[in-house]
Amino acid sequence: MNIATKVQPAAGGDDDRPLYEARRKIYPIAVHGTFRRIKWTLLVITLGIYYLLPFVRWDRGPNAPSQAVLVDLANGRFYFFFIEIWPQEIYYLTGLLILAALTLFLMNAVAGRLWCGYLCPQTVWTDLFQAIERMVEGDPRERREKLKHASRAQRAFEAAAKHTLWLMIAWWTGGAWVLYFADAPTLAMDLLKGQAPLVAYLWIGILTFTTYVLAGHMREQVCTYMCPWPRIQAALTDEYAYNVTYRYDRGEPRGSLKKTEALKLQGLPAGDCVDCRQCVAACPTGVDIRLGSQLSCVQCGLCIDACDSVMNKVGRPTGLIAYDTETNIDRRLKGLPPVHKFVRPRTVLYVALILVIGGIMVATLATRGSEGVAVIHDRNPLFVQLSDGSIRNAYTVRLVNKQPLPRRFAIAVEGVPEAQVEVAGAVSTVEDGRPVVEVGPDQTYELRVLVSTHAKLPASASLPVTFHITDVAGGETSAAPDHFKGP
Amino acid sequence: MADIPAPDAHKHEVDAVTGVATTGHEWDGIRELNNPLPRWWLWTFYACIVWAVIYWVVYPAWPLVSGYTAGALGWKSRDAVQVQLADLRAQRAVFADKLAAASLEQIESTPELLSFARAQGRAAFGDNCAPCHGAGAAGSKGYPNLNDDDWMWGGSLEQIQQTILHGIRSTDPDAHVGDMLAFGRDGILQRPDIVAVADYVRSLSNLPAPPEAKADLAKGQEVFEANCAACHGADAKGNQELGAPNLTDGIWLYGSDRASVIATITNGRGGIMPAWAGRLDAGTVKALTVYVHSLGGGK
Repeated sequence: MNIATKVQPAAGGDDDRPLYEARRKIYPIAVHGTFRRIKWTLLVITLGIYYLLPFVRWDRGPNAPSQAVLVDLANGRFYFFFIEIWPQEIYYLTGLLILAALTLFLMNAVAGRLWCGYLCPQTVWTDLFQAIERMVEGDPRERREKLKHASRAQRAFEAAAKHTLWLMIAWWTGGAWVLYFADAPTLAMDLLKGQAPLVAYLWIGILTFTTYVLAGHMREQVCTYMCPWPRIQAALTDEYAYNVTYRYDRGEPRGSLKKTEALKLQGLPAGDCVDCRQCVAACPTGVDIRLGSQLSCVQCGLCIDACDSVMNKVGRPTGLIAYDTETNIDRRLKGLPPVHKFVRPRTVLYVALILVIGGIMVATLATRGSEGVAVIHDRNPLFVQLSDGSIRNAYTVRLVNKQPLPRRFAIAVEGVPEAQVEVAGAVSTVEDGRPVVEVGPDQTYELRVLVSTHAKLPASASLPVTFHITDVAGGETSAAPDHFKGP
Repeated sequence: MADIPAPDAHKHEVDAVTGVATTGHEWDGIRELNNPLPRWWLWTFYACIVWAVIYWVVYPAWPLVSGYTAGALGWKSRDAVQVQLADLRAQRAVFADKLAAASLEQIESTPELLSFARAQGRAAFGDNCAPCHGAGAAGSKGYPNLNDDDWMWGGSLEQIQQTILHGIRSTDPDAHVGDMLAFGRDGILQRPDIVAVADYVRSLSNLPAPPEAKADLAKGQEVFEANCAACHGADAKGNQELGAPNLTDGIWLYGSDRASVIATITNGRGGIMPAWAGRLDAGTVKALTVYVHSLGGGK
């Protein structure tokens, strides 16, 4: 196999080869069109959600916070509207991450890097920062003019204005972040008054820094060099997946408008691409889409808008760059009609997995109880012989009350003959003598339960026992198994 | 393979498929593409090196023959721990103050104080009491099990606190005192009497004497009433004032077999528990008291 073909004489020796690639600054031009409108809309929606969601209220009664989305680290709770997650239910987060991954896979199988192009925070903030850059300093052409003609003072003023605006957005990005971890209106007021906790300012500082650097300065470098997703997604796409594609079957051979029109008149082959390079100029990652799908391309669709406006001007049909599949390009080259194949093994598999995992999550969320009991048998001593010869086992029992109001639970132990049950901290008993303990709103309560019996136990006995707890008011029951050990 | 041009250090080869120049390195016909890292990556690497150098200067870093470079800030992990411990004490102070102010009964009846006291008590027990009484307070021969309901010196909150504070047969003037005499060694009782009273005492808690022993229970009872009843009581149920154990129950500190009981009567017993007043602060003793009481045997 021989793939190295061209051998070019180098200007100098081996040492001249660049070990590191110099940064090529990318200043994309502004474009107008369908995809630009979609991107603006999604930018407003996603940033709107991010900045405003902490202020949305959700009434949970007097014993719980009224913030719709809140990560309460101090008390180990996560609130999302009507859902409350305890630390031991972290598997819901795992499920959510799996769903997110599968959704990414599905997006890729259907229409390429939808996440990268429209929804990824890196893309959204970079888009916003580039818009501000264009607003303050002008389009790339204006910038070049200014470099030649504008006064040093004007350029310095514009640069200062741009960086100030960037920093303000970056600061508020960090500011909104911390609002998810405390009561938003209170913390916002404290931040304004300078009375918020140090950790809040620290996190605002960190996120201000990362937003300013990543969206203002690093931009496409994040996607090209830092993010693992471009590498993975290349392995997930296939010939039926829609990707932002240059339709070379229609575009090539490219040439200037005059030249191609002349060729067409002569009946010679001529493509629709007028080689105006507007697709390259509009690209926020600086790639040439005409080279095909590539790692740096985030598939934001802006080259589609750029190309379509040129095609409209030159009076050729739009869609020279469009969402298209490899298969359809091949089929058109062969003169076959295009096919649209959404139902493929991989899309079916992704959808099925999303439905199964999402279904399991919804089902467990809908049916989970609002109370719980966990039991740990004392390890040392395993049992205690009392002065009257009876045997006693001790257990640490943890009751969980997930409701935002205090509840009383009756405790019963099943499985030990002639069992006497003592509960330290029991406040009362129900009619049948079961001890009752009170657990505060949205809290756990650990108590010590002593179970003793006079009954003659078999040697080395280990009787299975079950702890039953019953909500005295509501009647909800839970149980936990353990053992009763004898000598 | 023969048509592959030999790698030449002075030529740029360009890979036909990707259009990317190669580094000129070749292994078994596989050539390495030259996709250079971005320049900022290099700067990040330099920044890390600078950071490391600053770190060496500012923080303790290099081991020396005896000691280490202390660093310009004078930071010590020990100091950091001290700060954290001070923070911890400040956090606990809220409850520690409440614990100091509350009576033992109040602690037991207030759930939050009880769980705080039990947690503190468990830690203090592990540090101070576990060497003799065991990590789970189950004791061993000569060291009482604190989980059961048999108490030599009393199992109420106040009695437990008294025992912890002043100890048993310790040097503390308020210590519990009370001696089990060495009836055999000191010649108070002769061997047959000792055996007889041992069999009698064991019969009180329904422990059968071996058939070949021909236990003389009547004689044993006679010896018991003359010598033992003063402390252990006529009914042998013991006396907590004197630390005289109940001899009719199922719990035997030094063993219930015949040889052990005979050895106890012959040589006497007198276990020692040190006084903890002055060694542990009042709050810790309170927490220990509540913890021991809550193990399940407390009266």
